[in-house]
Amino acid sequence: MAEHRHMTPEARAWLDETTARIASDGRAIHTAFPAARRHCGRAAADDARARLLLALPLRGEPLAAEVTALYRDGDVSEQRAVLRALPLLDLGDRALPLVHEALRSNDTALVEAAVGPYSARYLDLEAFRQAVLKCVFLDIRLDRVSGLGARADRELARMLTDFAHERVAAGREVPADVWPLVAGFPELLRECGLTGETDSPVPERRAAAARALEAFQNAAGA
Amino acid sequence: MRIFDPHIHMTSRTTDDYEAMYAAGVRAVVEPAFWLGQPRTTVGSFTDYFNSLLGWEPFRAAQFGIQHHCTIALNPKEANDPRCVEVLDVLPRYLAKDRVVAVGETGYDSMTKEEDEALARQLELAREYALPVLVHTPHRDKATGTRRTVDVVREAGIPPEHVLVDHLNELTVATVADSGCWMGFSIYPKTKMSEDRMVRILREYGTDRMLVDSAADWGSSDPLKTRKTADAMLADGFDADTVDKVMWRNPVAFYGQSGRLDLDELEPGPDAAALYEGNSIRRGGE
Repeated sequence: MAEHRHMTPEARAWLDETTARIASDGRAIHTAFPAARRHCGRAAADDARARLLLALPLRGEPLAAEVTALYRDGDVSEQRAVLRALPLLDLGDRALPLVHEALRSNDTALVEAAVGPYSARYLDLEAFRQAVLKCVFLDIRLDRVSGLGARADRELARMLTDFAHERVAAGREVPADVWPLVAGFPELLRECGLTGETDSPVPERRAAAARALEAFQNAAGA
Repeated sequence: MRIFDPHIHMTSRTTDDYEAMYAAGVRAVVEPAFWLGQPRTTVGSFTDYFNSLLGWEPFRAAQFGIQHHCTIALNPKEANDPRCVEVLDVLPRYLAKDRVVAVGETGYDSMTKEEDEALARQLELAREYALPVLVHTPHRDKATGTRRTVDVVREAGIPPEHVLVDHLNELTVATVADSGCWMGFSIYPKTKMSEDRMVRILREYGTDRMLVDSAADWGSSDPLKTRKTADAMLADGFDADTVDKVMWRNPVAFYGQSGRLDLDELEPGPDAAALYEGNSIRRGGE
């Protein structure tokens, strides 16, 4: 696997020995999972932890229970590793509560890890749109959101134009990566009232509206 | 100048903040129950938090000459976690306490059905205990969330003058102004609302039913934003009496509806001799 490129021979040996131990007794993961980063190095930690999870002699519901416990007892780095490993594990949608928990946090590392391929497959559309907006608020780049192109719809564009209008009314900038998601629905700019801000009596609002509309045009023309 | 901060999370502030707030004129605060950054997973960690809002935090505030009241609720974010929902069953015990002046913060975060249920139950509790309600409006999809909040409050039969809808901005203030509810504005260094924008809103919508708070929580925030907004009002030509109305009389009128606001012991200010269960924080928090 790819992680072997980053690992020292000692780290590889630890990982091989530990996955074998977990395969024969799943409980070994309780102390191995937190220790993996120290043994395998920061760059390889997520991949090493994924290997530990894959070594668990469990499937379906019991696997979900173990993964949930590891997430809930985990520090942020362990929680992120669990979220990233979800698409690799035989869980179906059983880990969705963990994704929802991560999306309620305001820790950008967790939120970013929660909008991966597992969410793209299992998260319902309403929660998915909220997750996209959360990324916008937390300054997480939207290209980190798996499946965004396929799931972006008019309602998401409506929420984003409302958000853009709010920012413009505050005289503030709108993050550039929202505009490609709005590009297919130009009528929303007028409907939400953003276009009307170009006539605002407040100079900051007029200027912010002009900048936003220009950024929209650039995205729509691209 | 006397200031009443109607929404500030002192749990996340230091004693230096209390000192600076007192120096700036803050004499009373209301601390709404909210989340703690780290998600809670048991009812017990909520009750410890509520007890802290009723015990340790008012004691800490009093040592710096500030009256502390609180509002109690299950916040919308944690209402989505089934492990936390049972908190709703213990709320009546807390809503009966002397220093609880409202139900709050309730409202919407992601506008889920779980949040709907928690909001409905807590509005019912507010009616039952004849308490005002502090309603948080969501960051995401705020305009929709604010309209839905106002509709739900109306359908619940709560008198609008018992409801404070907080975290408003230029695009949500009109909805709440029309509803008859009180309008809250959280002044933050970067997000939500700034002093100058607040002054423009007061010019446009007047000063009735208007509350200004600093919210001051775990994010980038400033517990002196109430004072800075008061200064911005004066600089813009509002007179001292109008500033006093917004910064003191309005919050007293809103939370006073609980019948539990106790502002008698305002002076003499910092009390170096006070002890809380044997601890004095002025001594250095031993």
